[in-house]
Amino acid sequence: MSTSTSTSTTTSTGTSAGVTPGTAARTRPPAGGDSGRITPRAHLRHIGALVRRNALQIKQDPESMADAVLMPIIFTLLFTYVFGGAISGEGNQDKYVNYLVPGLMAMMGLSISMAVGTGINTDVNKGVMDRFRSMPIARSSILIAKIVVEVGRMTVAMVILLGMGFLLGLEIKTSVLELLAAMGLSLLFGASLMWIFILLGLALKTAQAVQGMAMLILLPLQFGSSIFAQPSTMPDWLKTFADHNPLSNLADASRALINGGELASSVWATLGWAAAITVVTAPLAIRAFQKKT
Amino acid sequence: MGGGANRGGLARTGHSPAGGRASAVEVRGLVKHYGGTKALDGVDVTVREGTVLGVLGPNGAGKTTLVRCLATLILPDAGTATVAGHDVVRDARRLRRVIGLTGQYASVEERLSGWENLYMIGRLLDLSRPAARRRADEMLERFALTEAAKKPVTQYSGGMRRRLDLAASMVGEPDVLFLDEPTTGLDPRTRNEVWDEVERMVAEGMTVLLTTQYMEEAERLADELTVIDRGRVIAGGGVDELKAKVGGRTLRIRPSDPADLPLMARALRESGLDGIAGASAAPEEGQLYVPILADEQLTAVVGLLAAHGFGIAWIDTRLPSLDEVFLAITGERSAGSETLPEEAAV
Repeated sequence: MSTSTSTSTTTSTGTSAGVTPGTAARTRPPAGGDSGRITPRAHLRHIGALVRRNALQIKQDPESMADAVLMPIIFTLLFTYVFGGAISGEGNQDKYVNYLVPGLMAMMGLSISMAVGTGINTDVNKGVMDRFRSMPIARSSILIAKIVVEVGRMTVAMVILLGMGFLLGLEIKTSVLELLAAMGLSLLFGASLMWIFILLGLALKTAQAVQGMAMLILLPLQFGSSIFAQPSTMPDWLKTFADHNPLSNLADASRALINGGELASSVWATLGWAAAITVVTAPLAIRAFQKKT
Repeated sequence: MGGGANRGGLARTGHSPAGGRASAVEVRGLVKHYGGTKALDGVDVTVREGTVLGVLGPNGAGKTTLVRCLATLILPDAGTATVAGHDVVRDARRLRRVIGLTGQYASVEERLSGWENLYMIGRLLDLSRPAARRRADEMLERFALTEAAKKPVTQYSGGMRRRLDLAASMVGEPDVLFLDEPTTGLDPRTRNEVWDEVERMVAEGMTVLLTTQYMEEAERLADELTVIDRGRVIAGGGVDELKAKVGGRTLRIRPSDPADLPLMARALRESGLDGIAGASAAPEEGQLYVPILADEQLTAVVGLLAAHGFGIAWIDTRLPSLDEVFLAITGERSAGSETLPEEAAV
């Protein structure tokens, strides 16, 4: 029951236009040139800050790493022991491990990159997105940061996958260098796939829809490939699909890099696919992101 | 870019209205459609540098759309808008360097700590690592969040969140700050905290455009008011001007002896006090209602009653509600009122 509801507003009108804000020194750096363009260095800095944001989010919510940690464990165990005997003959599970693990490396790229779609979908609807968009940063830096972090998650998944592989009898018949090349190839291909899932994440309304749609794309690509079994054992129509499936190229390339053998064609095919997917979908995804947000 | 120098630059490029001070925000004929509905239907708004403009309106009046246009979050369909001399369409990048935005919904990262939020924003604003660290510490202290610095925002109370949101908007030391319903959903105590903060910012020379549904908020913070409804400006001017238009406050008095009510009302009506148009007794509530425009009238009324020897048990003032403001301005209920069918907006 106060009678002083009309607090005067003279505090503001009393200040002159030339007053320096009270904080001791303005720390705002000079604007980036006349046009306000974002320099490549500033772009990298922004991506770094946003990568840190995404990484801290994972730290706060370790459960979000469950897919990257558990999937390689479950898939290696499941396929080696449930199907390994059937596919490579009883007692030959060891041999199957050397077929399966390089294939699963390819699969990790696909499965982990899927998560970026649901991630972007929930991110877009957050209040903090408004803040980012009202700041002098390139909108693409938000997407690129997301991809960098997902590639990190993919690396974790791949290291665990290889660890499991070694436990189950995986043999590297080439060298560490080629093993790393195989990992690199899967990461690169996975990163290119993320643009597709970002596009999907932006096109669909809810995270659930994104998840469902992604599974629909994921399953046929995954199983209609050389990841789990030789396409030569498949009926003609499926073999044709599997032979043209970029995941088969990637799985074959990983296999060649780990087990030895002819690799040039599958490696080039994978690189070609990764480049083509990125060139086509990245600009579309960035444009969709700018429109949506 | 020193504050003074920047403001000087602004004065050169900005238009100088009669008030003498350059305008920090200039909006002319702004239009924004969403499908078939016109969220903004030719809005004109001017905010003079170093002042606070309150944009008052009900839900769906177009307040948030206006702020989103000015903060370059959406593109207008027609009209022009400049902030600190930068056009919202052509100069969006430069414009973003000089503004701060605190939205209706906390625009901070929930899973990050308060400190990490501010550090991130510092880095996104191109501060060096040490500078961003310093700035985060500084802002946390200023907004009384130092103790909660390392806690994730999910553990913050509503008021702490809003303060962090304000702190986040201040990291870049903006020239113009947009506050979109900064206290909607807050309890009265927290609301006061936010108001105190906003007043401090304004005292430091910041230009603020604030949207609100609360007359009380507008009166406390704003130098000038623009009332919008259905995407159009329906009234504008100084706070006092508008208050005069809508009848200012209502003084409510409860006499010690309810029997005095009619006598008090008559004494006031016959007093000829300046500006006291009428006094009405409400016997059911045991209260006397006196519309007043200024504090002096309050004093005069109380003085007069005391001179007549009436005992006063309780007294307070009440601002008109947004609905009453609309009623006074337009003669009809606001579009935001649930009683009004949507077709009526056409």
